Amino acid sequence: MTQQIRSHSIDMSSVLRGKDVVQQPNEICIKVENLNLFYGEKQALHGINMEMQKKKVTAYIGPSGCGKSTLLRCINRMNDLVDSARIEGGILLDGENIYDKSVNVAALRRRVGMVFQKPNPFPKSIFENVAYGLRIQGINDKRVLEETVENALRGAALWDEMKDRLNDNALGMSGGQQQRLVIARAIAIEPEVLLLDEPASALDPISTLKIEELINELKEKYTIVIVTHNMQQAARVSDYTAFMYMGELIEIGTTSELFTNPSKKQTEDYITGRYG
Amino acid sequence: MIRLWFKSGTPWIWLNAAAVSLSLIMVVGVLGLVIGRGVGHFWPHQVSQFSYQEPDKQPQIIIGEKVDTSITPAAMAKSTGYIMADNEDTLVQYLIKTGNRDVTGTDFRWIQERNVKAHSEPSDMIVIERREWGNFYGQLLEVKEKGTTIATGAQAWPVLQTKIAETLAIFKEITHIEKKEVGAINYGLERLRLKQRKLELKNALDDTAKQGIAIEKAAFEAEYKQYQVKLTGLYQKLRSDSMVAKTESGSELVIPLAKVVRVFQPNAMSFLDKILHYGNKVVEFLTDDPREANTEGGIFPAIFGTVMMVMMMSVIVTPFGVIAAVYLREYAKQGFITRLIRIAVNNLAGVPSVVYGVFGLGFFVYILGGNIDQLFFPESAPAPVFGTPGLLWASITLALLTLPVVIVSTEEGLARIPSSIREGSLALGATKLETLWLTVLPMASPAMMTGLILAVARAAGEVAPLMLVGVVKLAPTLPLDGNFPFLHLDRKFMHLGFHIYDVGFQSPNVEAARPLVYATALLLVLVIIGLNLAAIVIRNNLREKYRALEG
Repeated sequence: MTQQIRSHSIDMSSVLRGKDVVQQPNEICIKVENLNLFYGEKQALHGINMEMQKKKVTAYIGPSGCGKSTLLRCINRMNDLVDSARIEGGILLDGENIYDKSVNVAALRRRVGMVFQKPNPFPKSIFENVAYGLRIQGINDKRVLEETVENALRGAALWDEMKDRLNDNALGMSGGQQQRLVIARAIAIEPEVLLLDEPASALDPISTLKIEELINELKEKYTIVIVTHNMQQAARVSDYTAFMYMGELIEIGTTSELFTNPSKKQTEDYITGRYG
Repeated sequence: MIRLWFKSGTPWIWLNAAAVSLSLIMVVGVLGLVIGRGVGHFWPHQVSQFSYQEPDKQPQIIIGEKVDTSITPAAMAKSTGYIMADNEDTLVQYLIKTGNRDVTGTDFRWIQERNVKAHSEPSDMIVIERREWGNFYGQLLEVKEKGTTIATGAQAWPVLQTKIAETLAIFKEITHIEKKEVGAINYGLERLRLKQRKLELKNALDDTAKQGIAIEKAAFEAEYKQYQVKLTGLYQKLRSDSMVAKTESGSELVIPLAKVVRVFQPNAMSFLDKILHYGNKVVEFLTDDPREANTEGGIFPAIFGTVMMVMMMSVIVTPFGVIAAVYLREYAKQGFITRLIRIAVNNLAGVPSVVYGVFGLGFFVYILGGNIDQLFFPESAPAPVFGTPGLLWASITLALLTLPVVIVSTEEGLARIPSSIREGSLALGATKLETLWLTVLPMASPAMMTGLILAVARAAGEVAPLMLVGVVKLAPTLPLDGNFPFLHLDRKFMHLGFHIYDVGFQSPNVEAARPLVYATALLLVLVIIGLNLAAIVIRNNLREKYRALEG
């Protein structure tokens, strides 16, 4: 295991070569302020503070159970579904606290789309899967739906494969196709932010590559936050990387900086494979 | 060696296989018995003529169908009082269905084989199925029209055929008029009476209203008069013809054709004729009303009542159970109370069904129905409308009885839906309600259907509670007919399960009705299988459509 991770870290410089190291100063899209999260008595996130830039890819890395998925799920309030979860602090999306009482959670989730670890298409046709979010918003005009579905599928690089199979059941697709369908479903409602929770972990290498290419294209339009346990992937797709450990944010910085010149020892230990 | 054999698991496998085969044998046995006894009932059996002479008695002729044979060992026969000769080892007895209950007072008699002097099957033996007094066995002598003989001897048979066809056509017309047309008039008159009474109770019965009612009433009565005239004519025609037949004792019996359902000569029938006859009888059984205290004729009202009741029950229990399960699984806070409720629901399934019947009678019929009558049907008092057992209450009682099954299987279905699907929907901005309606419930629909299948299987076979809340021996009208509002939920109905009990154990002529019991039982099984198959087909389609995510 250690051997393998070490080899990753050796690759890292080659992955990062040619990456645009100096980032333009950007608008802040999401700002996490003093976020504490408890599952019952147990505290899962400890005073997280971070900022995520608009139309950039931010990756969360860290060992299993470090809270990176939990943090991601705070951004679209998915943790509300867990009865025992309690949150302190706040997350600002375009300056508004999403944990404010006046916030409509469903509306928030329309602005912050999410793709999960395992592809989870609905047992409906491909078309209906992508149109789902629109139908919820009460859009039933056939022309609008068709146009949006086509754009979304194009956006997820799925249109050419699927344009003749729109009425097939989505469960008949391959895992990689399903995951791209889920991405298409998420971008069909045109969110501002896309949260990707280990989107490629259940996929084969070729599908993974396609997803990564897709992420690179999607960041033109969306602010993307991705959780990954694969450091190479983080290095390949992200502009910023945050390293988390034991529910705490250890370090956040541009990806090239974090991987080449980490400021904390813990980060260095992790990316060089000394633990994790 | 033996230990090794035990260790190998072979005995265990044999034991398992034996259990399965035993269950199979029992199922096949039940079905085989029911089919064997029930299916043969409609076949036209040969009619035998026996010359019979008991010792020291006059010789006599006995005509009838041989139904059963009993062989008793000599010793046993002796001990029960039969006089046995030394060279006889067994006493062979035949059960003969002799019919002619109006002449002899019984339908069946036992005869001893040793006293049978001669046995033949003359081809001119006729069997008459009658509307009263059961079957007639004998020989045709002549056919009469208005008291005068129009055919005798060999000509009598063909003449009789045409005459009977005519009479049956008239009979059918009369039944149609009485049930449909006159029935509708009576129904209209009753509604008119209720309308008048309602206005009276409201003190709103002024002259205009009175006049309107009188006009409508006059219209109904005029219509009725027309039918009355028509019916009198038809009845005269119906009663004009008769036939004369000779019984086994040689006496002549005049049978009005109006009382005849069917005449046939089983001994003269070819195999094809018999099949045709059989088909007719089966069709009659499936589509006709019962006759003679349910022991003859068809059981259509019972089939209809059973299916209707099960469908009503499904319509009530499915939404009710699903809604309850959704609350328990999706909205209620999981904890001690929900656990308690679940245990209670599961235990409800174990309550004896007759207890539900008692509850249905006490609560639904008397309390609910009584209050509904007081509130909405004061005009029909003292006659109850919903305050008496009927289809609605029977359906609701059975819905209550089967509710646990639906709740439990729906809950299981809901629990099986992966949380990733719910999250996927929520992440797209759907509310919990939208997620439920658009995704979760459709995906759980196969489980709901499973619950419904189990509910139908249980409800269709239930008899005990139904006897208390709506099933009767003979319902004069179907719960669904052409009179507004078409579906009469307050009416009593017939049910196959109760019909079996009634025909088999409550009828005046149990022996004659026994094959009918098996035939009805077979039909009940078929109806239940049919209802279940329909539900299973629907479920499998849904399953195919909402195949859950695997792996």
